Amino acid sequence: MTLARTTSVAVLGVDGQLVEIQADLADGLPGVTMIGLPDAALQEARDRIRAAIVNSGETWPTRRMTLALLPATLPKRGSMFDVALAVGVLAAAGAVPADRLDDVVLLGELGLDGQLRSTRGVLPAVIAAARTGVRRVVVPAANLAEATLVPGLDVRGVADLADLLAFLRGDPSRTVSRPAARPRPERPGPDLRDVVGQAVGRRAVEVAAAGGHHLLFTGPPGSGKTMLAERLAGVLPPLGVDEALEVTAVHSVAGLLAADAPLVRRPPYQAPHHSASAAALVGGGSRQARPGAASLSHHGILFLDEAPEFQAGVLDALRQPLESGEVAIARSGGVARYPARFQLVMAANPCPCAAPAGEAECQCTSTARRRYIGRISGPLLDRMDMQVQLEPVAPGDLLDRLDAAEPSAAVAARVAAARALAADRLRGTGWRINADVPGPALRSRWRLPAAVTAAADARLDRGELSARGYDRVLRVAWSVSDLAGRTGPTATDVAEAVALRSHWSTP
Amino acid sequence: VGRVKGAIGRFGEEVAARHLAGAGLRIVDRNWRCAEGELDIVADDGGTLVFCEVKTRSGAGFGDPAEAVTAAKSARIRRLGLRWLAAHGLGWRDLRFDVVTVVRRPDADPLVRHLRDAF
Repeated sequence: MTLARTTSVAVLGVDGQLVEIQADLADGLPGVTMIGLPDAALQEARDRIRAAIVNSGETWPTRRMTLALLPATLPKRGSMFDVALAVGVLAAAGAVPADRLDDVVLLGELGLDGQLRSTRGVLPAVIAAARTGVRRVVVPAANLAEATLVPGLDVRGVADLADLLAFLRGDPSRTVSRPAARPRPERPGPDLRDVVGQAVGRRAVEVAAAGGHHLLFTGPPGSGKTMLAERLAGVLPPLGVDEALEVTAVHSVAGLLAADAPLVRRPPYQAPHHSASAAALVGGGSRQARPGAASLSHHGILFLDEAPEFQAGVLDALRQPLESGEVAIARSGGVARYPARFQLVMAANPCPCAAPAGEAECQCTSTARRRYIGRISGPLLDRMDMQVQLEPVAPGDLLDRLDAAEPSAAVAARVAAARALAADRLRGTGWRINADVPGPALRSRWRLPAAVTAAADARLDRGELSARGYDRVLRVAWSVSDLAGRTGPTATDVAEAVALRSHWSTP
Repeated sequence: VGRVKGAIGRFGEEVAARHLAGAGLRIVDRNWRCAEGELDIVADDGGTLVFCEVKTRSGAGFGDPAEAVTAAKSARIRRLGLRWLAAHGLGWRDLRFDVVTVVRRPDADPLVRHLRDAF
């Protein structure tokens, strides 16, 4: 046998594509040629696999070796192909029975000692393998928990190359097929119980959670903007099975998964600092783009504290994912697509001086105030469904009403009920929450009587609401109605939605 | 050290020459030197002129001897081949560059591998 084939997966974005590796041994000076657009890390695989093979007690064939990664035009990067390359070399030399390599995908990076080291992107690779009908996958033992999230596959975890070779030669005893179950106690996040007063802010969090609406808080420092935003993720229901897999796949590519409990079950929460670059926020990087905070908060919360302090271009980079729900970044290595259907929450001081007592004490000129507000561009502001101004906490509230506040669990229960109502109404449409429903559907299939929408209509007529803003008010009104358990919004619900979108005060 | 290396090399060349002759090649020249270096063996294989580099090891500890033929060394041997042709006033003809590896074994005959058309 001088020609052998093995299979691995190339991951671009969160999509995987099967890669066939052909190893050919020919007469001539010993050496390795690798073809099929490998990057620098993959070129170095030649030295890794040689040392790994020798240190696993196998013989490195001293012949002219050609390793081809197919399809040849797909750029390949990283170290995930190491294991498939090493097994291909040994199979070409006749050291591994070639018929056992049919229908098995090999993933993982090799150390010089022959250890299979964990790599990023194993979950999307395994998902891709399952989609193409592959039934058997071998992954590094450290990635086993992540890989077994995909149902219906025979997934094996191995510790080193020697164990893998034993498996391929017919002895599966040194492989693991079930990850060590170590259920991790869920650490409770911050609780709404800690937020003093701020009835409007708490209501806004509840409505935003019910419908998945984007939310902007303004208010003086210490009014609880950040506290409320941090608690929004805690009242969201846990992710569904498909959502959890999507989120976990992104986190796998970013290398952020815990080895023992990899599945992301709670909506993710990302709070990048205001010095973040556009690449950090929406994804980027050379050759092949990596996911940014917008994608890491897919199906979760992206919280931008001190939003006007972000660079203007960085904030506006969010407009495209806000519309399309995904980020597409083109690089020489291909176009990487990452899902980015996040709920955007922003917090802002009303002015640069940020006087704690609120506007009464503010010393900023009206120009300074207007310029500060203007740092959040109009188009982005228009996409915020809810724009809520918080007042300073009354001293009486802070000192006296410590135990009166409602805990997150109670709010989460109402949110879950409201979402169930919305899901029932939206069944068969492919939309899950009110934020998903496009404007035309709101205005035709679920058209509300003019008497009900009067408050919003008047604002639209006066030019205080854009067409997009009008649709957004309707969506929020549906969430208010769902929270109340009604079959549809009343005039009061629409009025509340309008009030929750009161533009922050322009001086 | 140089004397030992030289002795191992001469031994290897002797083994290689016998191996090639046994394989039906006619030895034309041995250890031809010029300013740029030395050709180990020049042979004729049924009309094809063969320039042969011999690599000898007295153990497998440093990997396969053929791996010592680097890209730079193979380029030098090609140049030497052309010089040999010029020095002997020979025109263009079919050429081939081979490598013969010889590994000495303590209690057996040396292991010989002949890599035809190696580069």
